[in-house]
Order: sequence, then C-alpha cells, then structure tokens
Amino acid sequence: MLSYIARRIAYLVPTWLGITLLAFVLSALAPGDPARTYFLRAHGRQPSQAELAIVRERFGLDKPVAERYLAWVWGALRGDLGLSYSTGRPVTEELLRRLPATLQLAAAATAVTLAIGVPVGIVAALKRNSLIDQVTRGAAMLGASIPSFWLAYLLIILFSVKLGLLPALGRGGPEHLILPALTLGLGDAAVITRLTRSSVLAVLQQDYVTVARAKGLPAREVLIRHVLRNALIPTVTQLGVLFGFLIAYSAVVEVIFVWPGMGRLAVRAIFQRDYNVIQGFVVLAGTVFVLINLVVDLLYLWLDPRVTLGQSRRVEMA
Amino acid sequence: MAESALDLAEQQRRLARAEVLLPRRSLTRRLARDKTALAGLVILLVAFSMALLGPHIAPYDPDAQNVLNRYAGPSAEHLLGTDNLGRDELSRLLHGARISLLSALAVGIAIMLIGIVIGTIAGLAGGFVDGLLMRIVDVLLAFPSLLLALAVTGMLGPGLLHLLVAVTAVWWVEYARLMRGLVLSVKERPFVESARALGLPPRLVALRHVIPNMISPVVVLGTLLTGRLLLALSTLSFLGLGVQPPTPEWGAMLSEGAAFLARAPHLMLFPGLAITITALGFNLLGDGLRDALDPTVQ
Repeated sequence: MLSYIARRIAYLVPTWLGITLLAFVLSALAPGDPARTYFLRAHGRQPSQAELAIVRERFGLDKPVAERYLAWVWGALRGDLGLSYSTGRPVTEELLRRLPATLQLAAAATAVTLAIGVPVGIVAALKRNSLIDQVTRGAAMLGASIPSFWLAYLLIILFSVKLGLLPALGRGGPEHLILPALTLGLGDAAVITRLTRSSVLAVLQQDYVTVARAKGLPAREVLIRHVLRNALIPTVTQLGVLFGFLIAYSAVVEVIFVWPGMGRLAVRAIFQRDYNVIQGFVVLAGTVFVLINLVVDLLYLWLDPRVTLGQSRRVEMA
Repeated sequence: MAESALDLAEQQRRLARAEVLLPRRSLTRRLARDKTALAGLVILLVAFSMALLGPHIAPYDPDAQNVLNRYAGPSAEHLLGTDNLGRDELSRLLHGARISLLSALAVGIAIMLIGIVIGTIAGLAGGFVDGLLMRIVDVLLAFPSLLLALAVTGMLGPGLLHLLVAVTAVWWVEYARLMRGLVLSVKERPFVESARALGLPPRLVALRHVIPNMISPVVVLGTLLTGRLLLALSTLSFLGLGVQPPTPEWGAMLSEGAAFLARAPHLMLFPGLAITITALGFNLLGDGLRDALDPTVQ
C-alpha cells in the first residue's frame, strides 16, 4: 500500500518535468525577441544594442538555452517563475493573485456538475429506457456538442439581457458566480450523468444487490447502502479528469464573463507575447492538474479496496 | 469538459474488442438500422455540402458591406439577417463552413496519420522506442489538450496556420495510444504470427496484415475526434487565436457578433447553431458507429 503510494508519487516527477520542458521549449522556439518586445512596451522606442543587452541580462536571456531551462526549473521549484514581460512583476505573484478566483469558479462549476449529474444519472439508470432516460441521453449528446463559449452567451442573453436577473460581467457577490459556473458545469453534468447512469446499471446487475433485495431490504436501503456506494466510485475518478477541463475552459469562460482569474491572464499574455506568463500558467495549471489526479487516485484506493496495486491506474484523458 | 463526453479509454477497449468479435461486413447493415447514426450522417452530409458548395450558393458577397442595412433581423431578402457592417449573415455562414469544417477535417486527417505512424512504430518496435514514445504520449495526455493548444498558439502567435499546427501538434496522442493498443492486440494473432514465420519483412506485415485490421476503430475515433476538433478550433478562433477578421469562420463570427448581443442576438445565434449542429452530427455518427461495432454495448 505504502509502496504503491510512493510509486504513484514518484511517477509524478517525470510527468512534471515533462510539462516544464514542454512549456520551456515552446517559448524558446517562439518567434520574436522578448527582450525587444519588453523594451518597446516599456519605453516606446527601439532599443540600442547596449540597452538590449541590459534587458537580456535582467531576464536571464543572455545565457544558453539549457542553462536557462535548468535555472528556470530550479526557480519554479522554489516558486519563482521569472518576471512578466508586460508588467515587470514576478509571474508567480501575478498568477497566485488570480488563482483564488479561478479555483472558486472551478469549485462552483464542480458543484453544479455534481448537483445535476449524479441525481439525474441515478434516475436515468433506475428508469432505464423510460422517457427520462431518453431525454438525458439526448441532453448529454447535446452537452457534448455545444461549444461552451456559445452556451455562455445564451445564458447571458437569457438571464442578463432578457430577464435582467443576473449580472453578466465581473466578480463580486455570489450572484456573479452563477452564470460562469453554470456555463462550465452544465457540459460536465452531461458527462457525469451518463457515467453515473452506466455505473449504477452495472452495479444493479451484481449478485450482492440481488441478495440484498432477496433478504427483504427495502428498495431505498438497497439503493443507498449497496448500489450508490459502489456506483459512485467511477464518478469520483472522473471528477479529477474533468477538473483539468475546467481549468482549460475556464480560460474561455473567464474571458467572456470578465472573471479576474488565471485563464484570462493567460489569454491576455498570449496577445502581449508575454512568454514568461504563458510558461508559468502552463506549469501552474499542469501542477494543479497532476496533483488533483494524484488525490483522486489515492481517494480511489481508499474508496475501492479491490483495486489491484500491482499496476498503477493510468489517468485516462481526452 | 464537453469534449470528454465519452470515456475514451473505455471506448478504445470496447473498440479493440469489437474488432475481434465482428466481421466487418455486418457493419453497414447494423449502421443502417441505427437511426441516430443515420441522423448524424445526414447532418454531416448537409454540413459538408455547405462547405463544398457554400461559396457558389451564397446569395451575396460575404464581405459586401451595406451601412444602410445593419443589424437587420432575418427577412426574405436576408434570410439570416445582416451583421454590424450590413454583411449578409447567411453568405458569411456558408463561406465560413468551408474554413471551419475543412480546418477540422484537415487536422483530423493529419493527426490520424501522425498517430497511426507513431502508434504503429511503438507497438511493433517495443522496448526502448516504445517506452520513449509512450512517455511523450503520457506527458501530452497529462494535460488538457485545449489548454496546451492555447499555449502553443500563444507561442507561435495568432493566425489560422499557427492554430492548425498547434492543434495538430497536441491532438495526435490519442490516436497513437489507440493504435499502439491495437497493434499489440493484433500482433499476437495467428495470421500475423504466420506471416512473420513465413519471413515477411516487418514493414509488409504492418502494411498487409496489421493496419487493415484496425480501420474500423480508427474511423470511429476519427469521427468523434473531428467533432471535438471543430469545437476546439472554433473555441480558439473565438478567442482571436485563429482566423482573423474579416474572414468568416464560425467561431470568429460568433466572437464578432458577441459585441452586439443585446442589439442583434441573431448574430450569435446562427454561427453557434451551425457549430453545435455539426458537432452533434459527428457525435451521433461516432456513437452509432461505435455501437454498431460493439455488440456488448448497453
């Protein structure tokens, strides 16, 4: 057990290093000279050679690529992701300042996903092939096909423009959270509904459920004690995967709702060619994602003692 | 989020199994009986005819502006209304179909080829090569593809070509893993072993015996992935990373229209519907194909 956990944690190291390498290589290959861009933005004119050299030294751009990578990884481990080319402030500070807003949004979206996906999935399984099952099947298919940015605008048109019930932009009271969280959560709710449905169906066919029924346990008890306890394990696992998508799509949703999170910062950095910020965002998002998958894996181990420890359960991603 | 609708790993396992269980001949018959798959096929046929014929059947020049007739709602003259510059929305949508769909299709084919080559090499070679390739795949899979594509496009700079390169560079991994799994399962089957025993060179074993047995699972994954690519490409174009205005592309049109959503909601409605319906077509067809291939599905 302990050795499995240790191995699972050790497995993180190459993955994390791979993510840093990827982020770094991307920006090393990127066209354009960040030092020149920075100087232009800061001073509004072309730099002289001497001035360029000073900027390069300040951002560490004068060293060979390999050395820069090692220095950057070492820095990243200590929480130093370099300076933003557009503000000159530390990237870590810029990202961490916006992390709470992104996590708040992700948590609210997850709540929406679970609140809709789990009960609807259970009902669809219990009333298999009924009208409600057909409707959820259609809704899930639609949920997989609708672009989240469009859903965002549909919600804005309905709830902000037409009904005037909810604010469309910015972060403030809980009412600001509703539309972005719905946008992010509804798509995932479709996934969780289908997953919950199929795992409940699978558990319903197990012998122990038949036994529980045969010994006269009320249907409600059977459902709660035997079916749900086992059927919700895959749902928990899937949440870890979905969280990664939440972070990815939060970039889109944050831009639309002017939500002051990391994703919006990253999109802005793209247009400003602020490589250090993009790099930092990739590494921070990657780290959060990898850690959440670790937690989910360990949770899985705890929830389902039958898991074979011999072979590590790989994170399946779309 | 939305794009992970179906647990891909589970699908791939089912596909690998189905391929073993079913002769390919019955596929068309099973598919013809599946109404949802047929609906998907019809949607896609309509969408692709729009992409091919769009510029020829568009009633107006998609870039022709008319300042006297801006933000007009749907009418007999302009079936889907006009936009903020008085351009005909239907004509722009028809022209946009070509860019949106052909981009998704082009990337879909590119990642299929890359994935097939890399997955087959990994599966056949085994050992160190396999280990190295699969580590790369693991790292890329350890990350939401959209986020990675966003970062790659960010580094390359906005533009359609850069966007296509970025999405291709990121999305091939799923194919590679599917292919490797298929190769490993087919490799051990008797007809492959006997071809080998007969002394056929590995290249020919792959070409004649291994690859033909993998066509159906690859087609299913391809259908589902192309739908997701359409969504991803339009999302990134919406953010301004792909096609630049005034070129009509569904995601970019939506982004332009969004600025006027209170005044002319139809500018957002129609491109969004076009994307959703087409993506639905891919998902319906992909799902139907998968069910037709896999008799064990509930």
